[in-house]
Amino acid sequence: MANLTRRGELVPLRRPEEAPPPTADPRLSDVDDWGRSEHMREIARTLYDPIYQHWFRAEWEGLGKIPTDGGALIVANHAAAIPSDAPVIMHGIEKELRRPVYGLADHIFKAMPVVGTMWSRVGGVAAHPENAYRLLREEQQLVLVFPEGSKGPGKTLNERYQLRRFGRGGFVEIAMRAGVPVVPIAVVGAEESMPILFKVPGLARMMGIPYLPITANMLLFGPLLGLIAYLPAKFRLKVLDPVHFDVPPDQERYSRSRVMDAAEDIRQSLQETLYEMLRDRRSVWFG
Amino acid sequence: MGKRILITGLGSFWGGRMAQALESDPNVETIIGVDVTEPQVPLERTEYVRADQSYSILSRIVKATQVDTIVHTFLIVDSTRTSARNLHETNVIGTMNLLAAAGAAESSVRHIIVKSSSLVYGSSFQDPAWFRESMSRTQPPKTRVERSLLEVEDYLRDFADDNPHVVVTLLRFTNVLGHDLVTPITSALERGVAPWVFGFDPLLQFVEEDDVIRALHFVLDRQLPGVYNVAGDGRIPWSEVASICGARLVALPPVLTGWSAAALGAMRLVDLPGELLDLLRYGRGIDNRRLKQAGFQYRFTSAGAVDAFARSRRLQRVIGQTRPNYRYERDVEQFFRRSPAVVRPTEA
Repeated sequence: MANLTRRGELVPLRRPEEAPPPTADPRLSDVDDWGRSEHMREIARTLYDPIYQHWFRAEWEGLGKIPTDGGALIVANHAAAIPSDAPVIMHGIEKELRRPVYGLADHIFKAMPVVGTMWSRVGGVAAHPENAYRLLREEQQLVLVFPEGSKGPGKTLNERYQLRRFGRGGFVEIAMRAGVPVVPIAVVGAEESMPILFKVPGLARMMGIPYLPITANMLLFGPLLGLIAYLPAKFRLKVLDPVHFDVPPDQERYSRSRVMDAAEDIRQSLQETLYEMLRDRRSVWFG
Repeated sequence: MGKRILITGLGSFWGGRMAQALESDPNVETIIGVDVTEPQVPLERTEYVRADQSYSILSRIVKATQVDTIVHTFLIVDSTRTSARNLHETNVIGTMNLLAAAGAAESSVRHIIVKSSSLVYGSSFQDPAWFRESMSRTQPPKTRVERSLLEVEDYLRDFADDNPHVVVTLLRFTNVLGHDLVTPITSALERGVAPWVFGFDPLLQFVEEDDVIRALHFVLDRQLPGVYNVAGDGRIPWSEVASICGARLVALPPVLTGWSAAALGAMRLVDLPGELLDLLRYGRGIDNRRLKQAGFQYRFTSAGAVDAFARSRRLQRVIGQTRPNYRYERDVEQFFRRSPAVVRPTEA
């Protein structure tokens, strides 16, 4: 026995890795790592549901094509001076599929006091490729993005339903890297909910915003109420077949031509679907 | 043969804590601490050497003591503690001298650990939710402390390229909370005030002070090369931090925030440097998975660190300072360490 003790003295035994047990995570709110709060989202849904149901009377076609599990990148055409399509799409999917949707939008929202915080609490995330990848690949969430960016809602009334360029196809590259399908949605109605009559580019530049619109709503309801009061256009949303990419995920880069081609294909099919839906639409207000 | 370790900033909070942690490590043979100021914590076997601010004496110490590891805890990350000039002198010139000493011909140094800060990522509205170690900031640095830390990291990268035989570890710590550490955030919260840029509720990350020391010790033990973010799991809104700590949100206007913060500073209410104002506007997240994959286990999540801080402050409010005050007396230390009158356990 004495020998053993001696040996312990001479050969310094490596300390066992002292890993004190992790402590609890004492959170008070349910705000997640993205700033989204399910509680706030629930309040927003309750407040927004009458608008969704009775004002816009949103009707979906092919909602079953949105995956019920796993990540997917939802893309749609973008419209209205203050876009009305994002809340309708997020509300509709969350209500019917009971899955959270994270909406990507320009960083500029994050810089706005109050608006930025509210937007983040109800599921808005800054459109950074890293954010999208993490949500789609690692957290397997539904992510909504408008590939036209601010050029979509910046269209004037006479340009409605004419899709702008889909950026540089970044959304396709993110979906490829994340190994998730792209699910396109064609939205009819948003363009007429807050149409832009003309824009004031000089003032917009001075204010550092993408565009400064004069909308029909402002003329009808006055400059302040016109900012929030949408016209009661009938919303129809049609989910197109999910687009799967036959490439391995997590690559350093993807063929530029592949990405651009895929983005253009998705743009084309969305554009054709929009024309088809407009052919069938008898009235802007009643569908 | 155990490790021979040199700690910079022994008199600072982190240097002292790190030395204490290393003293109980049987794999560590010798600990030498360098600083301008005397140690603030009782130490048993750490040798203290006084240095000037920019560490010009360091190469002599390294040569004389033949240390194999340098733990550089002395980078100033809290710009309210010192003047701009001191900041540059300590961070940039100090690190330059340190690297010169470590990279000298026939230097014995084989491992350098630098305690940097997530301030190098900045805080802007264009940031991603999470910064990985390989990513760089989205906006050019605005404040002196950020610039100086970026310069330090540049020097360190060059040093690592030029000295492939030296393991270089760079740890970027997020905002630290703990029972003893004083930062602008802790001193505001302690006064029951949570400065709040109106309309913003940023997501922040924290790391507990014990996890900081454990992380430094971990990379020292494993000799891990490279850059690692150190932050507790999860991000937590500033408003929630305030309510866990029982602090009242005090609004600053979202425009001219800097001016109003300067006014609060002049009234000695809260000290809010520029980098903190950005943080309180946009928040920051750093991805801590790389260190976890290397085997490190955090004890505290971000919210856990806030809670531990709040609990220790509640205790302090009742019973006052929980740790005995310590004053370094050279003669006393010399007596205990060197005098033949002191009975020491015989060394094996």
